[in-house]
Parts: sequence; C-alpha cells; structure tokens
Amino acid sequence: MTLQAKETLVGVFILAGLAALVWLTLFVGNWAAITGGAGYRVTAKFENIGGLTVKSPVTLAGVTIGRVSSIASDREDYSAIVTLSIDQDYNNLPVDSTAAILTAGLLGAQYIGVVPGAEIDYLKEGDSIDITQSALVLEQLIGELLFSRAGAQ
Amino acid sequence: MVRGLGRAGIAAIHHTGRGGMFLASLVGGMGMMVRRPRLLVQQIHAVGVMTLPIILVAGLFVGMMLGLQGFNTLVGFGAESSLGLAVGLFLTRELGPVLTALLFAGRAGSALTAEIGLMRATQQLDAMEMMAVDPLPRVVVPRFLAGVIVMPLLAALFSVVGLFGGYLVGAVLLGVDGGTFWSSMHEGVDVVHDVLAGVFKSFVFGFVVTWVAVFEGYSATPTTDGVSRATTRAVVTGSLAVLGLDYVLTAIMFSEV
Repeated sequence: MTLQAKETLVGVFILAGLAALVWLTLFVGNWAAITGGAGYRVTAKFENIGGLTVKSPVTLAGVTIGRVSSIASDREDYSAIVTLSIDQDYNNLPVDSTAAILTAGLLGAQYIGVVPGAEIDYLKEGDSIDITQSALVLEQLIGELLFSRAGAQ
Repeated sequence: MVRGLGRAGIAAIHHTGRGGMFLASLVGGMGMMVRRPRLLVQQIHAVGVMTLPIILVAGLFVGMMLGLQGFNTLVGFGAESSLGLAVGLFLTRELGPVLTALLFAGRAGSALTAEIGLMRATQQLDAMEMMAVDPLPRVVVPRFLAGVIVMPLLAALFSVVGLFGGYLVGAVLLGVDGGTFWSSMHEGVDVVHDVLAGVFKSFVFGFVVTWVAVFEGYSATPTTDGVSRATTRAVVTGSLAVLGLDYVLTAIMFSEV
C-alpha cells in the first residue's frame, strides 16, 4: 500500500472517530441538560418532594419546558426548596401559576407539572411559585386508607 | 522458597521501575514527533486502521447481545422502554472502553511487542544505535503516541456501532419503539458522567496498554523464546491492568453520582 493511500485511510479513520465522539456527546448524551440552555430560574416550596431528583423534567400541559436544577431543605420551616430552570422560550408563565409534583404512570419517575394562572405579570428570574402541591407518597395513601376503613367499622 | 519469593518480588518491582523510567524517556522523545509527523501517520495506520474491522464487528455483536439480554431482562419488569438507556449506559460507561482496550491489547498491543521485540532480537535497534540514531524517538515513540491517540477514537466507534446493534435487535427485531429507544437514551445518558467519563477511561486504557506493549517489546530478551514470552506478558499485563484500572476509575468517577 502506498504512503498516500495509508495517509488517506488514517485521515478517514480519525474523522470517523471524531464524528463518533461528537455524535456520542451531542446526540446520545443530553448536552442541553448540562449547559442548562438559556433559561431563567424560579423556586417553589413543597412539603414533600417524594422521589423528585435534580434534572427531573418540568412540564407545562405535558410539554417539557425545563428541568429541576437544585433541591435544598429550608432551615426554618423544614420544607423542600426546589429550583426550576425553565427555558427562555417559555417566559410567559403568569406569576400565580401553580406547580405540582406528579408521577409518570403508577410507579414511574416523578416530575413537576406547572399549571398556568391568570395574572398579567409573568414569572421572571428569582421569583417563586407560591401555590404548590406535594408529591403523593404511596405509603401515606395506603396508611390513610387503612385508618379511614378502621374508623368506619 | 522464601528467598525465591523475595527475588521474584524484587524483580517485579525492578521491572515496574524500569517501565516508569522508560515512560519518562518516551515523553522526553516526543518533541521528535512534531518534526516527523509521517512516522506517526504510519503507526496510526498500523495500530488504528488495522484494528478497526475487529472493533466494528465486535461492537456490533456486543450491541446486539446487549439489546437481546437487556430486552429479556427488562421485559420481566415491563420496562422494555428503558432498553435504549440500558444499552447506552452499558456501552458508553463500561463495555465501549473496556472491551475496546482488551481487543486492542490482543490485536495491536501484541503486534507492537512482537515487532519491537523482533527488532531487538535481530539487532536492528543496535544497528540504529551504531548509526547514531536513537531508536527510542524513531521507533518507540510513534507507536506509543499512535496507541494513545487511537484508543479513544476506537472506543467511540465501538460504542456507536454497538448502539446501532442494540437498536437493530431491540427496535427492529423485538419491537421496542424506535423513538422510545433513542429518547430514553437521550434523557438518561449524561455527557460528563457517562460519555466523557468513558472517553477518559479509554484514554487511560490506551495509555497503559500501549505503554506496557512497547516496554515489554523494548526490554524483551533478544531470543525467539524471549520475544514470545514478552508478547504473552504484554497482552496479559495489559488486559489485567485494564480490568483493574477500570474498577478503580469507576469507583472514583461514579461514586458521587
């Protein structure tokens, strides 16, 4: 094999390898979840976040509009403070929007569903969502059911 | 017997130390590569391009196996929609870097050791020294650099082909929805913790496997028997180092996730 043919093959090989690397990082991996995109952050307080984790999706009418960027515990009232990072495309959420922690399927992953309110002002960076609904914890539900049945008898 | 053990231990430590010094002189000889890029291109061809077919075929079969095994396991939990995620994580985190490194040690590492060992045995290296050509930067450094450069590329290609193999079996043959396959992968595979960690792993593996291979070749006893033993040792040591390092790197990189 001539040197030129070898050089061509090496070039093709290196290009193919780099293309594979780029494809792995951009397509297979979720690049947007790292950079966070151009978004704004709002916080929401929940009594119980259940199985919510960082990077769980935030949805509006089922459409993913952002992700959970951090979860912390409030030192004063022992609630959970969840920071949502929402894409700049969806900067028209009214300030009285509500957030609920929902479950995909019966036992699936948990996510935040946002229901828009009716105010004229929109949520912006640093605002907080005041009306929230905590996660349903299956054990608590079963416990309540058992108690209510015991009380009825 | 105790003395024999001690002697073997000292010999092993001595060997390791010489390997370290060899590595240092390799790094010292790297300046040469800027002036002679042709040498590097030749070695990338020998080490990388020639290894490509076995990597691609192996990747395809491993991906298909993952698709089949993953499907059979996940379907028991009704979770076959996560097949793409399982295949993606397996390939990018572990199987891509590790299997590529093992195949690389067997295909390219052994060839490097045998080649350099035979140069030693047929006194080609001595002849170069006679001509005042330092064989280290001329012979060893291009091979070493080529191995280090080529490994991450091979591992990435292995993963990509494997993903398509998994897709082929999972989505085309077994009927998992193709869109779900890719989107569950897209959702769950993290760029830094999974993809880049895998690339970093394959870089380390390439470094270690090639280093062991060229060192064993360079320090081989210049006889037929010595070269054959050096080749065996290069593959065995390289493979064991890859598996051991894989555990250590995994423990370090994935522990906080």
